[in-house]
Amino acid sequence: MRCLSDLTQTKNKNGIKSDNKLKKNIIKKEKKMMSPATLDLVCDVDTLRTLIKKNKVRVVDVRKKDEYLKGHIPTSVSLPLSDLLSDDSPESIIKIMNNLGIADNTPVVVYDDTFGALASRVAWSFKFIGHTNVSLLEVTYSGWKNMGLEIEKKSNKFPKSSHSIDIDYSIYADAEYVENARNDKNKVIIDSRERLNFLTEHIPNSKNIPYTMIRSEDAILRNPSELKRFMENRGIDSNSEIITYCGSVGTLSGLVFFALKTAGISNVKLYPKSFKEWKSLGKPKIEFKDATYWDLSAE
Amino acid sequence: MVNSVDSDILSSTKKKHLNPDENWGLVEESEYFANKVKLYRQDKLNADEFRRFRLQNGAYGSRLNSEFSMIRIKVPGGDISPEQMEKIANLSETFSIGSAHVSTRQNIQLHWVQLEDVSEVVRGLAEGGLTSREACGNTIRNVMCSHFAGVCSNEPFDVTVHAKAIAKFFLRNPMCQNLPRKFKFNFACCSEHGFVRIADVGLVPAIRDGIRGFRIYLGGGLGAASFIGHLLEEFTPESRLLSTSMSTIRLYDRLGNRENLARNRMRYLVNEMGWEKFQALLLKERVIVEATMSIPTKNTFDGILNIDTNANSNSTISSKRKLPLINSDNAQTPYNRWLNTNVVAQKQPGYYGVYITLGAGDITSNQLRVLAECVREFSLEQKARTTPQQNFFIRYIKSDSIPKVFAKLSSIGLGNPGANTIASAVGCSGTTSCNLAITNSHRLAKEIQSKFLELNFDMDPDFRTSTIKISGCPNSCGQHEVATIGFYGGAGRIANSMAPIYTMLFAGSTGETGELGKTIMRVPAKRVIDVVLKIIECYRGEKNGNESLHDWICKISTGHGNGKVQTIDDLKKTLVPITELPSFAESPDSYKDYGADSNFVAKTARGECAA
Ligand code: HEM
Ligand code: SF4
Repeated sequence: MRCLSDLTQTKNKNGIKSDNKLKKNIIKKEKKMMSPATLDLVCDVDTLRTLIKKNKVRVVDVRKKDEYLKGHIPTSVSLPLSDLLSDDSPESIIKIMNNLGIADNTPVVVYDDTFGALASRVAWSFKFIGHTNVSLLEVTYSGWKNMGLEIEKKSNKFPKSSHSIDIDYSIYADAEYVENARNDKNKVIIDSRERLNFLTEHIPNSKNIPYTMIRSEDAILRNPSELKRFMENRGIDSNSEIITYCGSVGTLSGLVFFALKTAGISNVKLYPKSFKEWKSLGKPKIEFKDATYWDLSAE
Repeated sequence: MVNSVDSDILSSTKKKHLNPDENWGLVEESEYFANKVKLYRQDKLNADEFRRFRLQNGAYGSRLNSEFSMIRIKVPGGDISPEQMEKIANLSETFSIGSAHVSTRQNIQLHWVQLEDVSEVVRGLAEGGLTSREACGNTIRNVMCSHFAGVCSNEPFDVTVHAKAIAKFFLRNPMCQNLPRKFKFNFACCSEHGFVRIADVGLVPAIRDGIRGFRIYLGGGLGAASFIGHLLEEFTPESRLLSTSMSTIRLYDRLGNRENLARNRMRYLVNEMGWEKFQALLLKERVIVEATMSIPTKNTFDGILNIDTNANSNSTISSKRKLPLINSDNAQTPYNRWLNTNVVAQKQPGYYGVYITLGAGDITSNQLRVLAECVREFSLEQKARTTPQQNFFIRYIKSDSIPKVFAKLSSIGLGNPGANTIASAVGCSGTTSCNLAITNSHRLAKEIQSKFLELNFDMDPDFRTSTIKISGCPNSCGQHEVATIGFYGGAGRIANSMAPIYTMLFAGSTGETGELGKTIMRVPAKRVIDVVLKIIECYRGEKNGNESLHDWICKISTGHGNGKVQTIDDLKKTLVPITELPSFAESPDSYKDYGADSNFVAKTARGECAA
């Protein structure tokens, strides 16, 4: 089994990037006249409903299979996060996408029922292997259902596709990369776990933006102007490079990855193996033992 | 729906203090805070200046980690709306640790907020009409008010409106932005319920010749050295409430000690000068203030107060009545148990107040939301009160709603019994967040609560009036000096090992005749529960008739016991063996504090209690 951290950068990163930009520009120009649509990082409910009606989107449900079977957003396909995580090598991701009928130019909208964190991890993986046209649904499945919007129970299957592979290392960090970034002034490491976990132990020099900070009451992410203000308050420049991590598999930090992107920070990377791997590698960490803060929790 | 009878019941109180435009917040203060943080981070604002500013705006530095703050949200008069509770729930989840904390001065605190996010919390608070402004620093702190005000059988009138008028008048008022030290007001509803003798200004409502007014006590306060306040004059009419308050603050501002941080509360001024002299100066000052008070100033205050000229009819209540508890049948269901201690009848027939007993004041965001729903669904006044026992109190509940209230509360772990019994221990923040803490007083209070509930102590009427209050150092934030049994944390060496050791006090009390507790002995942290259990065992063997634990402890504290235990020294003989620890090698755990797995060290940093 291969996983992300085994990969070495083989392709010319800059080359890939400019290619992507080119593609994007062309698509943008032609957007009005022809499909497929280019999605924003977050897809609102109306847009998704329109795309579903026009049959111009692949909706991906990343909840557990049995939840999918009980009801899902029309036309959606099932990809439980655990299926993707069991082997998240690029080859495996491509295979998964092909089985779901996602082609290079298919607009993809991902949703979950876990405040967007699971969806983010899947959407990030798609981006990573080169599928840029992917978006998070702005609400969770419960949010969708509570609005009284249409759902269906039948399982959907689409013809197999054949997606190309074009790995985007610019959004990826491994342990070694993070370790080197620790003392680099232009790089900011963000820990996305809750405050008490952060206080207990974290990667040296990392800053805490708990995932609880970035959602709003009715959407998985706050509006970008608020997120921007949060970054400004922290003195984080939108030109800085940011690496996000969380406890184990990159879900919470995946969500923060998207939050930072929508806040206008262009250079964001995810460390998908996160703190679990960091600790298992015996890398340095900061522990704060001078206070008994856990005793404040009323849980 | 509120029917006409119900609105009649509320008309004497509701109209005045449930003002919908009640707004303590100011959104601009958010941006102001954010800018100051930036300047401070860029070294354009020095640390001392920044600290002063930060405290003025309600943010304390957290324990040994100045990257984080504790934000103290003012709850003036302890009165809070369900929307505000939800706001705090969201802010805690977003920027803090997902729990909020009710303090002994009726504030609600958020802990471990990143300094850079404080401005966002300030913004959110302002959106909810709340503020943390002047909750810390050398200013007028949260104005406290008995949570029974408006529903207490023995009160001459509802003082909530006065408490809020004082709070409003002095908030952001230039005359109290830079006092020698913090300044505390406390309004009681009657002579029994209130902390009036341990405040800078403590007020007990009274009516004389049909005129509303107060008995005002000045110069009390707890701390490393505590004092009981002095009665200014037999009766201060309502019309002199503002001038008396202003003159006290002016006098203190002018004469208070600005040099010695440890002796600059007003109580030291009173003590050093002598009460008679202070009193004479104050009465003189009041003449000047009254002669020179501008009409706009007076109108502002009267406008806030909206004085109702005829004293309300409740003044006819003369005989003292206890707030009755509901009698439940004997079946010991969780509901009955809770009913016995947590529900009290109001003076308004058919209405009840319900306590929500927390563990040392902590409540999760989800619990706060359910509590807010409970208030909306079941409380006629649509508000809740915070209590100095670190609990919530919801009032104006009809008797037939009480079972539903319990069902709702207990669905989310808020249905604990034991309010106002020895099981409901108070604990300051201690080592969980306070720079000055030596011990984990917070956790100890929680340990006592769960142990005593397990032992069914809440069900024993003998323990109903007894209190346990714990501070993590001598500063008294946990009010250990006004408890039946109080503790404050310290460190000590036993053989060659350091251990957390509490000093135990007996027989403190609150109310108009409140007294400070007396120091009894030192008890290692891990032996506190055993010592209290032993005291209870002795009491059970000695008590006369219906004598409560509190009364018994007061009795032996003055050497008036009449059994085998007559004096403190008699009791100490039984307790001392329990306080002796085995050697460190035999039992290293006995030398550790609660909540810590490493060996005990007393670590403290600058306290910031004075800016
Ligand atoms: C020398 C410094 C300090 C002194 C003398 C002091 C004293 C006090 C006193 C006497 C009370 C109140 C009880 C009452 O008036 O009814 C109090 C309340 C309190 N203090 Fe302190 N304190 C100090 C520093 C701190 C620090 C550093 C913290 C933690 C950050 C803290 C946290 C609290 C809390 C949580 C309360 C509860 C009541 C409230 O909301 O004001 N105190 N303090
Ligand atoms: S009593 Fe001491 S430990 Fe407790 S909050 Fe006050 S200063 Fe901190």
